[in-house]
Amino acid sequence: MGMSKLKNIGLLIAYVLAVYIVFPNNAYAMHIMEGFLPFNWAAFWWIAMIPFVIAGVRSIKATVTLHPSLKMLLGMAGAFAFVLSAMKIPSVTGSCSHPTGVGLGTILFGPTAMTVLGMIVLIFQALLLAHGGITTLGANTFSMGIVGPFISYGIYKGCQKLGAPLWLSVFLSATLGDLMTYITTSFQLGLAFPAATGGVMASVLKFMGIFAFTQLPLAISEGILTVLVINILSTYSQKELGLLGVFTGRELPTSKQEAKQA
Amino acid sequence: MKPVVKNGILLLIVVVLAFGPLIITRRGEFAGADDQAEQAISTIDANYKPWFRPLWEPPSGEVESFLFALQAALGSGFVFYYIGYSKGKHSVSKKDQV
Repeated sequence: MGMSKLKNIGLLIAYVLAVYIVFPNNAYAMHIMEGFLPFNWAAFWWIAMIPFVIAGVRSIKATVTLHPSLKMLLGMAGAFAFVLSAMKIPSVTGSCSHPTGVGLGTILFGPTAMTVLGMIVLIFQALLLAHGGITTLGANTFSMGIVGPFISYGIYKGCQKLGAPLWLSVFLSATLGDLMTYITTSFQLGLAFPAATGGVMASVLKFMGIFAFTQLPLAISEGILTVLVINILSTYSQKELGLLGVFTGRELPTSKQEAKQA
Repeated sequence: MKPVVKNGILLLIVVVLAFGPLIITRRGEFAGADDQAEQAISTIDANYKPWFRPLWEPPSGEVESFLFALQAALGSGFVFYYIGYSKGKHSVSKKDQV
């Protein structure tokens, strides 16, 4: 065994030990469970979610009336989020969490469309799997269907403006959107359960430290899988991606006239 | 590099990221959040009682994993249906051009 290999293994062991010393507990890294947000906070996040859902329904309606051929692709973006949310993947912290899969749909259809699709996935999991919850649906939709997609969208558009290659824009957008979802969850829990000493920020940091580490490899996996799907789509569904302006960075035409000109 | 090779390498990285932790973190319990969540919150606020219970809970771990598998199967079923559909459409339109 070569010296450098030994050194690498040593570094890996040191990293894992460090993670154990800093975060000895098993992580709590998934959606907020049923009943685990006080009533006022649950109501607050529900109310905060509603305008985005309305905007999302409108955005989806506009897209499918202009381009009925995109219905299938929209279904596929939802299905992608459905699969990835079902995958509880082990992480270096010794606990499991799952990716969100909303980055792909955000890049294709914009952030508010994914608010709706993300909410549908969360409702399914809340009702059939007792994972997440109906009272906490607002908070979970806000993190997975609003903050995540909007961060993804911003990063994707920013990278495209800077002239980054498509794969890099897609990777960063999906990875950071996934991470931000769980950072938002830590904020929501920290706000609802401030620590006795240190208050809200102490709680937020406690949850966040655990989340960031558990979620990091999963976020990278989600980024890579999203690049993979975009690679496949750009070979076989060039026309659809062209309509959505994925290559040009141009917005989807919002009126019928614009669509005809394009 | 051929697209198949490139996508294969990407897939391999994901597999390593997903299974690596099982090998390097042998002490981990790899439990889900659902049971530890109660403890996490009760260390901060010992008096907190969840005020709403799920309307229905899977009666056992087996049923729960069945439902998770079903979710993944339905999702990936549609994802790959779409990929196959567009691949077919793509090759037909290429043939037409020739």
